Amino acid sequence: MAQHKSIAERLWAIAIWALVIFFVVNVIATIAAVAVNSLGTRWFGAWLPAGFTMRWYISAWDEFQLYDVLIVTFQVVGAVVLFSGLLGAPAAYALARRNFPAKQFVIVLFLLPMMIPPITFGIPLATVLYQAHLGGSLSGVILANLVPTVPFVVLVMIPFIEQIDPRIEAAARVFGAGTGRLFLHVLVPLLTPGILAALLLVLVRTIAMFELTFFTAGPDSQTLVVALYYAVYAAGVRANQSIDAMAVVYMVTSLVWLLIALKFVDPTQIVTRVKREAH
Amino acid sequence: MTDRAIPPPYPPPHAGEGRVGARPPLRVRLALRDLDAVTLLALPAILFVAALFVYPFLYGFVLSFKPKAGDWLANYRKFFSDPFLYDTIGATLWLAVPATLINVLLSIPVAMRVRRLQRRRFLTTILVVPITLGTVLIAEGLLNYLGPQGWFNRSLALLGFGPVPLVHNYTGVMLSLIMSGFPFTFLLTLSYITGIDPSLEQAASTLGAKARARFWHIILPLLAQGLAINLCLSFVQTFSVFPSAVLLGSPAGATRVISIAAYQAAYEQYDYSMASTVAMIMGFVQLAVVTLILSARALVYRGAVGGGKG
Repeated sequence: MAQHKSIAERLWAIAIWALVIFFVVNVIATIAAVAVNSLGTRWFGAWLPAGFTMRWYISAWDEFQLYDVLIVTFQVVGAVVLFSGLLGAPAAYALARRNFPAKQFVIVLFLLPMMIPPITFGIPLATVLYQAHLGGSLSGVILANLVPTVPFVVLVMIPFIEQIDPRIEAAARVFGAGTGRLFLHVLVPLLTPGILAALLLVLVRTIAMFELTFFTAGPDSQTLVVALYYAVYAAGVRANQSIDAMAVVYMVTSLVWLLIALKFVDPTQIVTRVKREAH
Repeated sequence: MTDRAIPPPYPPPHAGEGRVGARPPLRVRLALRDLDAVTLLALPAILFVAALFVYPFLYGFVLSFKPKAGDWLANYRKFFSDPFLYDTIGATLWLAVPATLINVLLSIPVAMRVRRLQRRRFLTTILVVPITLGTVLIAEGLLNYLGPQGWFNRSLALLGFGPVPLVHNYTGVMLSLIMSGFPFTFLLTLSYITGIDPSLEQAASTLGAKARARFWHIILPLLAQGLAINLCLSFVQTFSVFPSAVLLGSPAGATRVISIAAYQAAYEQYDYSMASTVAMIMGFVQLAVVTLILSARALVYRGAVGGGKG
């Protein structure tokens, strides 16, 4: 398709690339604005702060009880990753290997919590959790966060399992492997990349999951993103730089895991696994 | 189905289960329909989703018909008679529809360009960052960046434009919806476009079709299904905007979206019945628009879908 292009086509191409560059520059500048502000002493009416300091991080650490918030965040994220793996991976195996009646219905059941936005089902879910006296506690936050992540693990892992030849399992059976050994010595090693990819994506999504945590968290069960929301909401109570220092702590927590996740998955997978099943 | 013929659909007799042979006909009958021990592995996840997703939804639906005072429809009547409440639907649509259209329509030409890029991983990685960071952080970043003293307005001043109010209003929320929504729609469109078999376009090119004709007659019809799904996903996400409408918008004014009304009913008035009503109405509107998009797609283009995707 190497024809010479008309001027209109060239202009169109330049316009598209200019748009892309403009967008990327704005994204980078938005994130950089937070980082620079968190390091600045005083920033008013200039391109950059008057000087740089680390003291906002120390004050944010105390003011927002970041130590406690980080502990809660890691507890929630760890439990969500563990339980969504334990519930999701076996279900994915069953759905990949068996064609039982109502399988389509089950797939739709798993698709819905991922397609319906958390705001829509979050309020009824929080109501039920509060009725069960789980609202406002760590276990309530974990349960609420599991609602979209369990289906996510199932749907991400189905293609990974489907690509493993069932004859490998049959061969292991022929050589006398029981279910336990089959699982430990055949399935787990073959599925490790799939499990790792699914769970890392769950981890990244759970750190950023605002709505469900916001609706179910009590004062002692706030994760970092909810604490950040409250801080920004009450802007003016604390120094702006202090809020941004917390925002940077949140960004680092989230992006470190994203970088690790990107070693195992393609960036497009973060959005496209949903679509594959949506047909 | 063919490679599934080799492993026996039911475990061998020595698999350690005492009841083997108790009622072999039923067991075999179930196994032949692919209902065996392996199928049961799906049960915990199904029960979990049923208990914490389906049940709360039904519970909320029933609860919305049990108002604190009045007959069973009192909540819905209150919602649709109080402009403070029913105006939120319009305010939300006024944000969600333009944001969805901008994001999805822009994603098509950009994805058409980017698909030819050999090293697009850098771009896709940068675009995943705003998705990963989420709306709360984007809102905080935009408050700095778009504020009256922020870099954006300073750059405009260099070009000779006065400071433009971009935060705490409709524009701020719209820009945040584009910043966190466009990467999502773009990556989705990109994966649909790269899934179209390139030989189809090469064939058309050989037959003399120009780029514009190739797009309208080959790419777009094959993309219709993907675009419809993209529009649906993007709409339901923007329709449920919450943190940025509060932090970047004017939550008492132009960007008082429906999720704010639901939140206030639940956590400020502690009226869970009314909150469920608002949540249900939110769900109904989303369902209505999704149905509309999908039926419009069926009207526009009928035929084979998927374009050579597996």
